[in-house]
Amino acid sequence: MVRFVLRRLLYSVMVLLLVATLVFVFLHISPVSVERVIGGPKATTDTLEQIRRNLGLDQPVLVQYGQFLGRLLKGDLGDSYINGTSVAQLVADRLPTTLWLVFGAGVIWFVGGVVTGVFSATHARGLGDRLVTVVVLIGLSTPAFVMALVLLYLFSTKLGEAGFPFFEAGPPLQEHFLRRMILPWIALSFLMVATYTRLTRGSMLDVLGEDYIRTARAKGLSERQVVYRHALRSALTPVVTQFGIDLGALIGSTIVTEKVFGLQGVGQLVFQSISLGDTPVIIGVTLMVTLFVVVANLVVDVGYSFLDPRVRLS
Amino acid sequence: MSSYSELEPEIIPPDAEPVVRVQGRSPWQLSWARFRRDRLAVVSLVVLALMLVFALMAPLWASWTGHPYDQTFPKTALDPNGQPVGPSADFWLGADQLGRDVLVRASYGARISLLVGIAAAVLASLLGVAAGTLAGFVGGWLDTLIARLMDITLALPYLLVAILLATTFQISSVAASLTMTVLVIAFFSFAAFGRIIRGQVMSLKEKEFVEAARSLGASKARIMFVDVLPNLVAQVTVLTSLLIPTSIVFEATLSFLGVGVRPPMPSWGSMLGEGSDVFQSAWWLLAVPAVLLLLTTLSFNLLGDGIRDALDPRSDRVIGKK
Repeated sequence: MVRFVLRRLLYSVMVLLLVATLVFVFLHISPVSVERVIGGPKATTDTLEQIRRNLGLDQPVLVQYGQFLGRLLKGDLGDSYINGTSVAQLVADRLPTTLWLVFGAGVIWFVGGVVTGVFSATHARGLGDRLVTVVVLIGLSTPAFVMALVLLYLFSTKLGEAGFPFFEAGPPLQEHFLRRMILPWIALSFLMVATYTRLTRGSMLDVLGEDYIRTARAKGLSERQVVYRHALRSALTPVVTQFGIDLGALIGSTIVTEKVFGLQGVGQLVFQSISLGDTPVIIGVTLMVTLFVVVANLVVDVGYSFLDPRVRLS
Repeated sequence: MSSYSELEPEIIPPDAEPVVRVQGRSPWQLSWARFRRDRLAVVSLVVLALMLVFALMAPLWASWTGHPYDQTFPKTALDPNGQPVGPSADFWLGADQLGRDVLVRASYGARISLLVGIAAAVLASLLGVAAGTLAGFVGGWLDTLIARLMDITLALPYLLVAILLATTFQISSVAASLTMTVLVIAFFSFAAFGRIIRGQVMSLKEKEFVEAARSLGASKARIMFVDVLPNLVAQVTVLTSLLIPTSIVFEATLSFLGVGVRPPMPSWGSMLGEGSDVFQSAWWLLAVPAVLLLLTTLSFNLLGDGIRDALDPRSDRVIGKK
């Protein structure tokens, strides 16, 4: 068990290192000139040279790479080129909004997906199941940004004019939390509810076909007990596994939702930094987001290996 | 008429009815028959065919309306306040915020969506099949390497890295941005595909018919191409058809953020992105690209499900039929 955890941990560190290297290489071969970004369009050649020296950009690539890794090991993500604030500070300011966005959406999609999935599986081939299947397909086919734009149009503009302000722009963590977050949550979770409905339905149908379910029915247990006590418990295992992975991964894909609803989260931060050429912030956020994904995977893997010893052997 | 046995010719009495034999049908014919019964799948095939025609007609729309896709018409398309005009005789689906024809642009956008979606899905499936079969069939250190690489690709924050790539290489030409978009989408889609194929190959490898081929002296390459790969055709077809809508959504998202297909070439995603400031007063800028996008991805999803049911009658939908 300890060996398994250690191996997974080592692997996670390798992924992070690889991503860090990848981002470093990308930014190194990028034609965007950092000194131009900092110095502005009017800077003289001397000023540009000075900036390069201050940032250590005049040194050989490998030395720069070594220094970059050295700083990372100390947990130093550097300072923003644009306003000199430390990257850690910038990320820390923006992270709560993104985390609230992701976790709120996560609760909606998990509960929504499991409830409709169980309903669909227990009423397989019925009218309700067909209806759910159609809605799921529409959900799977709707890009998150289209959903966001449509919601914003309908609820903010049309109903807002009619006197039902469902949505209000602004930083949600200061005031009107629910009113500012509910549409982003729905937009972000719509596609995921569809995915999880499908996943739960498939998993439930598999489990309901097992012999021990027939035994439970033969014992004379009520349908409710069979479904919720016996079937749901084991049907949920793959769903929970996927949930852990998706929750981590979603932190990197809130960019669109944040942009449409004007939420100042991590996604907006990195998007703005990319257009400004603010390298340290891009690297910092990318690494932080990857860290979430890697940790989520690690937790899922280790947790799974506790539940199912077969995983450890493979 | 041929007979059952060459040795014992069939004797047909002169006044007998001609014998009607049940014709044997190939697996593909059976699948086609199942597919044709799936009304939703057939409807989506028709919708997609219409979408293709709409896309191919792009230059015709432009010449009929007299509005090239990248030209602005400030005099006729914008009202005195500078707001775009809605659907009218001159602009059938309205004009956009710069005074360009939405119908013509949407039709060029259909080309981009279909082209990028299909090209990226096919490329991803080629990469996925290559990686998956190589890893699953050869095994050993190569398997470990490929499987780990695929795991890492899946762990990358794909939207972030895609934006980073697109801005890093500061692409400004339309053709280069198209290529780049296809490559980025294929790169982030092949791993999930490869993982499934790898699992399939590993289980096929242990099947009796592969053992039989090996005992007959077939080489590894022969087993791979003659025995294993043909067994994956159904699965690959289904996975590829379901990857097309995902790729279309991916392209639209990148273009919406301004890092996909570059202007002046319109894409449904970039149309939605550029018009988002004036949706309140110009609903058609939201409705036209959104409806087209949704119709296309929904049809591809329905088609993919139909193909899966047709090729594999035991799959998901039938399990529920108890």
